[in-house]
Amino acid sequence: MPTSTITFRETGSSIKVTPVDEVSLEARAASLATRSIKTTSKRAALNLAIRCMDLTTLEGADTPEKVASLCQKAKRPDPSNHDVPSVAAVCIYPEMVHHAVEATEGSNVKVASVAGAFPSGLSTIEARTADISDAVKRGADEIDIVLNRSAFLAGDEQRAFEEIVASKDACGEAHLKVILEVGELGSYDKIRQASMLAMAAGADFIKTSTGKIPQASTLPRVLCMAEAVRDFAQQTNISVGIKAAGGIRTAKQAWHYLVVIGETLGTEWLCPEMFRIGASSLLNDVLLQLKRLDSGSYSGPDYVTVD
Amino acid sequence: MGNSNSKDGSSLKDFGIEYASAIESTSLVNIKDKYGLFIDGNFVDSSSGKSFKTLDPSTEKPLAIVAEASSDDVDRAVSAAGVSYEKYWKRMPGADRARYLFRIARHLQERAREFAVLETLDGGKPIKESRDVDLPLAAAHFFYHAGWADKLEYAFPQRKLEPHGVIGQIIPWNFPLLMAAWKLAPALACGNTVVLKPAETTPLTALLLAEVIREVDLPPGVVNIVTGAGGTGSAIVEHPEVKKLAFTGSTEVGKLIQRSAVKRNLPLTLELGGKAPHIIFEDAALDQAIEGVINGIFFNQGHVCCAGSRLLVQESIADNFIDRLQTRIELLRVGNPLDKNTDIGAINSKAQLERIDQLVKAGIDEGAEVFKPSCSLPENGYWYPPTVLTGVQQSHRVAREEIFGPVLVVQTFRTPEEALEKANNTPYGLSAGIWTEKGSLIHWMAERLRAGVIWANTFNKFDPTSPFGGYKESGFGREGGMQGLAAYLKNSGGRS
Repeated sequence: MPTSTITFRETGSSIKVTPVDEVSLEARAASLATRSIKTTSKRAALNLAIRCMDLTTLEGADTPEKVASLCQKAKRPDPSNHDVPSVAAVCIYPEMVHHAVEATEGSNVKVASVAGAFPSGLSTIEARTADISDAVKRGADEIDIVLNRSAFLAGDEQRAFEEIVASKDACGEAHLKVILEVGELGSYDKIRQASMLAMAAGADFIKTSTGKIPQASTLPRVLCMAEAVRDFAQQTNISVGIKAAGGIRTAKQAWHYLVVIGETLGTEWLCPEMFRIGASSLLNDVLLQLKRLDSGSYSGPDYVTVD
Repeated sequence: MGNSNSKDGSSLKDFGIEYASAIESTSLVNIKDKYGLFIDGNFVDSSSGKSFKTLDPSTEKPLAIVAEASSDDVDRAVSAAGVSYEKYWKRMPGADRARYLFRIARHLQERAREFAVLETLDGGKPIKESRDVDLPLAAAHFFYHAGWADKLEYAFPQRKLEPHGVIGQIIPWNFPLLMAAWKLAPALACGNTVVLKPAETTPLTALLLAEVIREVDLPPGVVNIVTGAGGTGSAIVEHPEVKKLAFTGSTEVGKLIQRSAVKRNLPLTLELGGKAPHIIFEDAALDQAIEGVINGIFFNQGHVCCAGSRLLVQESIADNFIDRLQTRIELLRVGNPLDKNTDIGAINSKAQLERIDQLVKAGIDEGAEVFKPSCSLPENGYWYPPTVLTGVQQSHRVAREEIFGPVLVVQTFRTPEEALEKANNTPYGLSAGIWTEKGSLIHWMAERLRAGVIWANTFNKFDPTSPFGGYKESGFGREGGMQGLAAYLKNSGGRS
């Protein structure tokens, strides 16, 4: 892919998009995954992973009760230990937003809603923005939409861009996360291009995956997006957040993501305002690791709550 | 913005998160107090009783006393090699020679950690490199050449192939074991016997290899290893019974060897210095090109003959690229070579450290701007921080002379023609790197660059199947691949 440009929505200036070399990118990601962390620093890393977590349930079978229980876990992940921080947000469907708002009231857990014809994005722009406005009205702090991959891969970047612009407008005060669904884009070049397009169109966060396809977040894909975020910041002075989601199940994986973000973007990205990990089962593994730091031995899965 | 993780000095550490120092244990390595010469299958004292110390360059602590071979000792080694050539090696079927080479390769793999730790102790290179690069490649060279030993007539059909006989091989200190493997494997596969001299600052892994050679029951005298400095080397070069010479090292010494060899019409291969251009075009995958440049110059502390030591970057992206490069350099971890997280280890010797320092000072005197990261260096041992010199002109010494250290010299260009002109304007010609997403430009450049090895969108990748060697003052002859084999056979039609 040759170097190309995208027009930045805010200023009308053009943003350069750099190509990506697959072999070197994957080699760099693999070398970052070999960094080992000091035992005394583990607690800080685990707590940081929790503070940056979007605890997620996106099932057709979700009910108000299920969401209430998720919110309780989000606010106090370990009922037996008050030093464990609450997670950044819960991530749910629009229908569940008001239940989540109610259940998280008084806490600093944010409510994030997927919206805009999640997970395909293949509805009219009117339907997509109406879905977003509805979620915002119900009280969502953050909106997770998907990139229109159909338009993007067909070469209609303009449409993909405009849909994000319209979505951002529909968000009002709510933060907009744009899911690229990296597993469907086919190459790192496309991931880089989609990242730059989403940021230029006004995304507050770019996010890897919906969690609805098996090909989800990987370390090199997140490194690729982090390099795009760094590049965008250099070109515009605007810092966009990054969210890795899908397939992140262990504390060790979460640690690798923290290393990639820390070494690529710097420590100011290591906070819930700039980095999120979307996950459902990760939290329990992190909690088990924290318990181990306290007790010196591993407890079983029955010593953390299922939801 | 992009400098966020470095120039203000903040790091993961300030965030309460620290990388653990993961020090590789040295318990596997049993370093003897004294080492003899390996002649005719036995470790023997030097006839003169002279010896020298080898030390750990990261601490300056002595590791062992090593015998210094006199010309009498070299004579003994050459005689042993000559007898062994006539008695065993010349007549042995290729398939049998292959069995020995396969066994050496397997023993290297089995003892890889031990070799890697010893290489790092004696040479100062980071354990992650000796573990992940030197050892696997050394074993791969023996495996690869073992495969050729019984197939030489297929490599060079219709020729009356014959080994040379006794071969003198002199290797450098930057990849001590790997260079021994590069030299020994093809020589033995082709039916020659060898007298090998490792560098005086890094003899220990070659001597451990001598142990392996004994373990695999290689007939005595097929490989002889004599330790020492320049005097020992010249005794090998001047010996009348040595039938071919192979040398890897400095251009200065290479020229002396060539002068001597040419008088006797002796076959010779030389792999010498370099000043490789690393060329970055504006359409390159820039984030990965940064990694490539880092690897190209800081791999093995820049003690690499094919290091990408001259960065040529297209003017349209130069400022941005150099800014990103400096940010990335801040993240390099310089320190204990045995720590698995270490990116840059110790400079190999005091003499080399002084040479690097002197050349960088000359660069600054000539008007270059210097960038060094804020990292602290250990108090003892030989250390030099990763360094970038910008504002360098083609006529500056630092743009022309090989520094052989972690020092990158930056120049800019406007067009492919200009890049090519600057890249080729050097007495050297070992390697070059090109970064662009345009395939046709890669081919256009590669056709015109006068360098033996050209990497596109990567750097410092090695493989025993791929010939390696230089143009001009970087030497002649190739190592690896069929071209490398040709050098160890008479009548092969290749350069030997």
